Amino acid sequence: MAKVLLQGNQFELTLNRLSAQLIENHGDFANTVLIGLQPRGIYLALALQKRLENKLQKTIPTGRLDITFYRDDFRRRDEPILPSALDIKFSIEGKNVVLIDDVFYTGRTVRSGLEAMLAFGRPAKVELLVLVDRRYSRHLPIQADYTGIKVDTRSNEKVKVKWPEIDGEYGVWQLTENESKAKE
Amino acid sequence: MSALSVPHLLGIKHLTREDIELIFSTADNFSTILNRRIKKVPSLRDITIANIFFENSTRTRISFELAEKRLSADVVNFSASSSSVKKGETLLDTVNNILAMKVDMVVMRHPHVGACDFLAQHIKANVVNAGDGTHEHPTQALLDAFSIRQKYGKLEGMKILILGDIVHSRVALSNIYCLQKLGAKVRLCGPPTLIPKNIESLGVEVSYNVDESLAWCDVVNVLRIQLERQKDSYFPSLREYARYFGLSMERLNKLDKHLTVLHPGPMNRGVEIESKVADHPNHSVILHQVENGVAIRMAVLYLLAANPSD
Repeated sequence: MAKVLLQGNQFELTLNRLSAQLIENHGDFANTVLIGLQPRGIYLALALQKRLENKLQKTIPTGRLDITFYRDDFRRRDEPILPSALDIKFSIEGKNVVLIDDVFYTGRTVRSGLEAMLAFGRPAKVELLVLVDRRYSRHLPIQADYTGIKVDTRSNEKVKVKWPEIDGEYGVWQLTENESKAKE
Repeated sequence: MSALSVPHLLGIKHLTREDIELIFSTADNFSTILNRRIKKVPSLRDITIANIFFENSTRTRISFELAEKRLSADVVNFSASSSSVKKGETLLDTVNNILAMKVDMVVMRHPHVGACDFLAQHIKANVVNAGDGTHEHPTQALLDAFSIRQKYGKLEGMKILILGDIVHSRVALSNIYCLQKLGAKVRLCGPPTLIPKNIESLGVEVSYNVDESLAWCDVVNVLRIQLERQKDSYFPSLREYARYFGLSMERLNKLDKHLTVLHPGPMNRGVEIESKVADHPNHSVILHQVENGVAIRMAVLYLLAANPSD
């Protein structure tokens, strides 16, 4: 049985805490935008957007960033990764950007995300928000500014985040190698 | 499915429907990228591509070169008119010399049918056919079908007319394969001398009646009269061709429906297509075709680069 890291009320509390921390640093979000990393970071971005909009009673610009064409492992994998939709309808020039992803592991996705984001302009400041930090496993010198939970994992283990929009339930699980193989 | 079934793009004949749909969905992403301020992505930064053109070309060559540069590939250009081919070097020697300089992909246009197939069998690089003789011009067919899909959202069940010089056209054959694989119905129309014998065996209809064919179709793809191949008198005069087979506003106005007009270029205005039709804001998607060409070629190069040829 996969180990539960976050579920139900706790998941909700974590999302509320993250949005409260964002308000603490960004006030009324006058100059701040959210950008979720495709494919799964966008669900966290949307969940936070909903909570922030409820609390602040205003629209928070939220974009979806696809990093497929910026990956550093192209031609080093068996199959190419298919791109997801890219949707950033606002300029990030001079803005404070909160980059959002669900699981933070080697840091390579975030590096690609930073590069992909710069194609949309030069932001004033970029912060990183993640739901799960698999700590001590970074390949690059990148750290998160806001973290939901920190977990210790082995490299052959997987961390799976589920969202109601696509998986029908929500929660975070830690899977061993055998468990993640059995699921596939 | 997330990879092409082939390591080379030699012709549409060798692609599956899934391959074509994969190229389209990837091209959708590149289209979005091409419409923003910074149009470049770093995907192919460790790849070198040689564009080898043994025949003249403007659109295709610029389009390929732009697609390669937007993907951050290193690009070398070669045209036969200014090279050692003039000194008698064979195709294989020329290409092997270029490959010895560590080139990963070759985009080639050649006047002989099958030149790209030959190349693909003999070299270790992905080969993209940019037109071989009167045989195939796969990226053109892909961008034509992509432009129709962009306007109508689908190709399944659509009726497409290919009008003009079919016998000398590599665009026609690639278009037939591509449209049929995507479920569209294809009809050819032109003077009998410009329609190849037994072409019906590919499952296309043939007609010599322009007005009736225009009434049948949803989209018409007008092909160029290849003036350089007209020495053998396939029809009496250009004026007569324009009158009997040219696409004019008068013909479109006679129809009780809207037609979309494609032309792969370069156009002979006043011969196979009237200027008013070519520049018509509602009917003509000719400049969209050119725009889509870059996105389609980026998708093809991106997907092929992920399938190294060994």
